[in-house]
Amino acid sequence: MAKNAVKKSDGSQVVQVPAPTPAEVAALASCARHGNKPDELLEIFHDLQHQLGYVPDATLPVIARALNRSRAEIYGVLTFYHEFKRHPVGKHVVKICRAEACQSMGTDALCQHAEQSLCTPLGGTTADGMVTIEQVFCLGNCALSPAIMVGEKLYGKVDPKRFDEIIGGLEKEAAE
Amino acid sequence: MIKVFIPRDAAALSVGADEVAAAIAAEAAKRKLDVQIVRNGSRGMLYLEPLVEVETPKGRVAYGPVAASDVAGLFDAGFLEGKPHALGHGLAEEIPYFKNQERLTFARCGITDPLSIEDYRKHGGFQGLAKALQMKPIDIVTEVTTSGLRGRGGAGFPTGIKWKTVHDLPAGEKYVACNADEGDSGTFADRMLMEGDPYCLIEGMTIAAVAGGAQKGYIYVRSEYPHSVHVLREAIEIARRANWLGDNIQGSKYSFDLFVRMGAGAYICGEETSMLESIEGKRGIVRYKPPIPAIEGLFGKPTIINNVMSFAAVPIIIDKGGEFYRDYGVGRSRGTLAFQIAGNIKQGGLVEKAFGVTTRQLIEDWGGGTATGRPARAVQVGGPLGAYIPASKFDVPMDYEEFAKVDAMVGHGGLVVFDDTVDMAKQARFAMEFCTIESCGKCTPCRIGSTRGVEVIDKIIADVDRAKNMALLEDLCVTMADGSLCAMGGLTPFPVMSAVRGFPEDFQKPAPPSNKFLADAAE
Repeated sequence: MAKNAVKKSDGSQVVQVPAPTPAEVAALASCARHGNKPDELLEIFHDLQHQLGYVPDATLPVIARALNRSRAEIYGVLTFYHEFKRHPVGKHVVKICRAEACQSMGTDALCQHAEQSLCTPLGGTTADGMVTIEQVFCLGNCALSPAIMVGEKLYGKVDPKRFDEIIGGLEKEAAE
Repeated sequence: MIKVFIPRDAAALSVGADEVAAAIAAEAAKRKLDVQIVRNGSRGMLYLEPLVEVETPKGRVAYGPVAASDVAGLFDAGFLEGKPHALGHGLAEEIPYFKNQERLTFARCGITDPLSIEDYRKHGGFQGLAKALQMKPIDIVTEVTTSGLRGRGGAGFPTGIKWKTVHDLPAGEKYVACNADEGDSGTFADRMLMEGDPYCLIEGMTIAAVAGGAQKGYIYVRSEYPHSVHVLREAIEIARRANWLGDNIQGSKYSFDLFVRMGAGAYICGEETSMLESIEGKRGIVRYKPPIPAIEGLFGKPTIINNVMSFAAVPIIIDKGGEFYRDYGVGRSRGTLAFQIAGNIKQGGLVEKAFGVTTRQLIEDWGGGTATGRPARAVQVGGPLGAYIPASKFDVPMDYEEFAKVDAMVGHGGLVVFDDTVDMAKQARFAMEFCTIESCGKCTPCRIGSTRGVEVIDKIIADVDRAKNMALLEDLCVTMADGSLCAMGGLTPFPVMSAVRGFPEDFQKPAPPSNKFLADAAE
């Protein structure tokens, strides 16, 4: 007898399939929007991350089936790219540029300040789940270094003081 | 009605352009003045951003850097009539930083509304494509070859030869792919053009499609550039509606459509074959060459791959002729390059100039020295894989061949300036660390060599068997340079060895106390 199968009183078998989770539904919908085309896989991941904040592992088999690829291939693509997250992140993702131009203007000190003031290492999330900080290499704002990006908003000439103001603004926004 | 220009470029937004625009709109409403705000691209004088310009009968008068708190004062001073103010710079076109450039590719950037097709056409846009639609494809290729245009992504391969290869292959499914994965630190020219003059890129790619016989094109933009992605997608939509893209462009026999693909934070996807893999929805693993992408590229079909800057140079080449473009520049480096002055610099920004200008001219005449006011000690030219140049080489002209002679590369024309507080051993270590983080992992010299490189440099810094480890580092760099599959591992030794050779004293300092545990561990 198949897994999940239930034998009914008349002797027939019914296979119970659990209802898809919202994440799985979102994955299916995104694949469909992209014509179930394997070459649009990165776009599908971007979609999911935009909606859910990360790409849950549970969506991988769904995507694999929709795009007619193996789960290993889907997993391989997801884990190759720094941008994609496999676990929930904070409400705001703050990317701090650590590349050379920002180094020349003190991004190392800025990173240290961020880690200390938010009590989390780069790549981590604050205890209240508000902010995730992560390193990136180049935000294309190299003449106005150091640069950070909050969501899709870019900031230039960010010293520790301005960093605190930006983070303070996020907290204020959340409180309102 | 008075026209006020406030850039929508991401760099301008990063220092408050949106807030300034909102403040000007609010102040104008309060004073019942009829002001039209145009969100233009950036002129590239990023140290003046947000740069507000007011249209007057004499020309556009510039004020910057404007903060939202300055707006009421500007109105009081009569900036709408172009009157003087502490932040005023007179006519924007006359600012020496801007005036002393040779703007071919960036001729419209910062002047027009990036999404207005009428504006684009009024400033010479689509003249190259209109001409190309009447030309024989081989004549387009010849014109590009005549111009001497070389790949602006960094490698400097002649663009005309690439195009000819694709042109000469039998007709069929072919592609055009634009590499907009501008991951090099110190470079932002691609971003500025995509946000400030997107039709220029669209036009250049369409001309490439006509020349090569391609039907479909992709622009691969990095995910760190969300503004560029939005502007490009909107511009493509508008161009389609105006029939500058799509079926039978402007009534010709040529059809071409364009799509934007967003990367996902992988530096290696700026390598052309890795980018192709990524556009195909795969891991960005570098491919072996041959076959070259011009013969077997995207989806295994012939593909013209160029950088944003290369495609964006094409419209003017076709419009004004290859010889016009070739007349700029020196030696075998023809035309102009968009130099980007970045890092520790007082007046950072974009300077489009013919080849032959020197590092010193760029960082002193335009850049005005370092932001910290200390002497410039090193300049990294050409991104994280480019060499660190010591002050003694600041007078070498920007020319692919001249730079190669001093073991450096012009690359994409990005300059990152460091003052005399820089620790070059730390920068060398970072070059290796960056390679460990961004290596695709396909070839051993890059994947393992970079990790070993970090370890060896750590030992050198910690003064563990220094002489032996210096020899080891040199050996490792030769292995990586000669044995790596692509430029990632192949060029990482450039910044490392340039630091070792140009700044040997930084590798001879006493071990810092914090690294003592490392020294102990090594014993």
